[in-house]
Amino acid sequence: MNKIEIPRINEHMYHETLENGLDVFLYPKPEVEKTFAIFSTKYGSIDQTFTPIGENEKVTVPDGIAHFLEHKMFEKEDGDVFQHFSGRGASANAFTSFTQTAYLFSSTTEEEKNVETLLDFVQDPYFTEKTVEKEKGIIEQEIKMYDDQADWRLFFGTIGSLYENHPVRIDIAGTVESIYEITHEDLYTCYNTFYHPSNMSIFVIGNFDLDSMTDLIKNNQDNKTFDKPNGIDRFYGEEADHVYKPVEKIYMPVTTPKCMVAVKEKKDQLKKDQLLKNDLIRDMILDLYFSKSGSYYEKLYQEGLVIDKLRLEQYLEESFGFAAIGGSTTKPEEFGDKVKEMLLSIKNDPIKQEEFERAKKKKYGELIREFNELEGTANTIIHYHHLGIDYREVFQVLEQLTLDDVNNATHEWIAEDRISICMVLPEGEQ
Amino acid sequence: MPKLTHQQYEKSEYNLHLIQTKKFKTNTVALKFARPLERENITERALLPFVLQKGTKLYPTEKELRLKLDELYGAKFSINSGKKGENHVITFVLDFANDKFIPDTNQLVRDCLQFLYEVAANPKAENGSFDEAIVNKEKETLTNKIKSIVDEKMQYANMRLIDEMCEGEKYSIHSHGYLDDMDQIDAQSIYKTYQQMIHEDALDVFFVGDFEEQDVKPVIEEVLTFDRKPSVEVVRSEPTRADQVETVTEKQKIQQAKLHLGYRTGITYRDPDYRVLQMFNGIFGMFPHSKLFLNVREKHSLAYYAASRIESNKGLLLVFSGIAPDKFEQARDIIIQQHEDIKNGKISDEEIDQTKKAITHQLKETIDRAGGMVEFFYQQVIAGEFQDIEQIFDSIEQTSKDDIVRVANKVELDTVYFLTAEDGGEGNE
Repeated sequence: MNKIEIPRINEHMYHETLENGLDVFLYPKPEVEKTFAIFSTKYGSIDQTFTPIGENEKVTVPDGIAHFLEHKMFEKEDGDVFQHFSGRGASANAFTSFTQTAYLFSSTTEEEKNVETLLDFVQDPYFTEKTVEKEKGIIEQEIKMYDDQADWRLFFGTIGSLYENHPVRIDIAGTVESIYEITHEDLYTCYNTFYHPSNMSIFVIGNFDLDSMTDLIKNNQDNKTFDKPNGIDRFYGEEADHVYKPVEKIYMPVTTPKCMVAVKEKKDQLKKDQLLKNDLIRDMILDLYFSKSGSYYEKLYQEGLVIDKLRLEQYLEESFGFAAIGGSTTKPEEFGDKVKEMLLSIKNDPIKQEEFERAKKKKYGELIREFNELEGTANTIIHYHHLGIDYREVFQVLEQLTLDDVNNATHEWIAEDRISICMVLPEGEQ
Repeated sequence: MPKLTHQQYEKSEYNLHLIQTKKFKTNTVALKFARPLERENITERALLPFVLQKGTKLYPTEKELRLKLDELYGAKFSINSGKKGENHVITFVLDFANDKFIPDTNQLVRDCLQFLYEVAANPKAENGSFDEAIVNKEKETLTNKIKSIVDEKMQYANMRLIDEMCEGEKYSIHSHGYLDDMDQIDAQSIYKTYQQMIHEDALDVFFVGDFEEQDVKPVIEEVLTFDRKPSVEVVRSEPTRADQVETVTEKQKIQQAKLHLGYRTGITYRDPDYRVLQMFNGIFGMFPHSKLFLNVREKHSLAYYAASRIESNKGLLLVFSGIAPDKFEQARDIIIQQHEDIKNGKISDEEIDQTKKAITHQLKETIDRAGGMVEFFYQQVIAGEFQDIEQIFDSIEQTSKDDIVRVANKVELDTVYFLTAEDGGEGNE
């Protein structure tokens, strides 16, 4: 294992890429009680069209399949994997995002056995027609739970207005119709393509012994055989830089309307070597104008256009990206128009040196705080690692950031044809 | 076993709790103001956190206040309020970077404590009144928030269950307040409620982080000099028994129905059986290995979630699940059957063993978070029952199957609440 220093917080972790391609990160923290481990594949809801391993023709699989697969990983011929973790008092879980599927646990005893279980269950799929059918009722309830949540509908409505073809526009869990099309053969196709160790990482952080954990993971992987990886072809369709629909309205039984205004990223802003910097800049700008210390937020609040705080979201990935500002509002149309106008006026209302210095201080304190949480630390480092980025550079990127960088970025970032507005409105107003 | 260093100082103005740990890169300070729940002042107390965050004498607007926090290296600040048993607690929390990670800074602790003191003790007010414009604006905000609760189905169903189950009990008072009260609230009346909070409420101050007591304690004592004479004490509810089981059904335009069940346990945090009750809850519905998850979700595919939790200061156990509207009877019967099974001793050694480990794990995980540590000790303050964490692990470990069966028989179903679809779910197929 290679020791790597984490600057500013005076800690270090270890990393190695094993022969089979698996990236292993170990971050011992003897001062805490628990150990958290996450085993993650770079495969999410957007990976719907691809060339399956060993084949030549591309296929498109049903919406929501990565998430379905995640559910089914836990069921084995001899029962439910949750029970193995529970038997050791550990709590296990999993999640599927746009770009990754991750399996995780936290435990305060027997962390080595738990890591072994984690590696073994994710690397040993068991899908049958019967088990796949059984899951459909559960996932149908999960989808319906989200269908009743206005914030969730707003978020996906917004993405759907930004993107015409890119599969980020599809709900992560799919639809009730699409999940009923999924077969166990589909799951194997996806599994065999995307769950190769060379497409995966494991991160263990917390109270464990470095040497024996290293040995355990290496031995475990040495005892398994995998085909040689041949790279994965993924297809996301052709997507214009401008938004698909400038305005989207969703009617559902809510009392308080909601509105979200989003900026779609131009593809040239997603280059790997600029991503950390662009990430920080967007974060800083959203914060400077739309957080509770922001001047635009104050106006929105005083004009009665927003109830309480705004939801600020930001995604920068290899194949898509957007920033979004949302909130509950009694005046959704006015909110949408006003926030759009504000976004467009940022370039005429540049940030001052004093504001910039304060924003930098704030961001610095927030970066330090991120390392309080084991889960957050592991998730963030893995997320950037999947993008080919070493997250430790964030401190340096922040320190080197200048006021000009931030003010100039606005010109490239925000343009009228890349802004869309999405509203969730009470049904009666239709 | 984890070591927890918790030093408590009882002072006439407040209790000071110092919790030293090397786990975090930040320090956390919390002020907790508590008094018994009262219908008369609840809306004003619910409104206070909103008003107090809008300005102080030194930082007269919300923006200036937030800019100061940015200046303090992105210190994270919030005020919130909620129920703790039959008490209402207003909590101020400030979390800020430990200055050993920040070059050229060494008095962040003092600056942050001064900020906290400013917000709590010097709000924007004069002549016995808050700023009228602020109060009116925040009344609007709270009104909108109360009206939005019905949009969050899980939270709404939970609130309605408690309304029905605890009707006439203080516990059913809505901690977020009532729309009906808004007209009577003005900048003077809420200022009086603020004065009561700051002078009379029971106050506990927590400081969590990597520090030396001799450096931090004098600064706290110098800066947090609230002028107060605490005169109220928190209440410890006597648990009540269930009578006849009531079923309440309500209809809304929804896709997924919510089935929530309320039980009376007869056991609060102070009860010697409290740890046994935790074990019962673990076997019944708290974890993915619990009977509710395994039967309602895994065996019958009826729900995405089905779980239970205990309300430790009031003696309640609440079950919540999201199901298809036409599965009401089946789901309810399965839930009730799981309780019956435990009462009849259908518990495996494996279930007991798993649950012991899971509860121990959960508690250790709690004290890996600064907020978790504060809650752990504050729970004990509210209950007036002080137990070492190792004693707690011991009592969990010593729980027997007989204990669990005995406690399961004390737990009684009180109310079944069902929030379902207007069309009976027919449009869902």
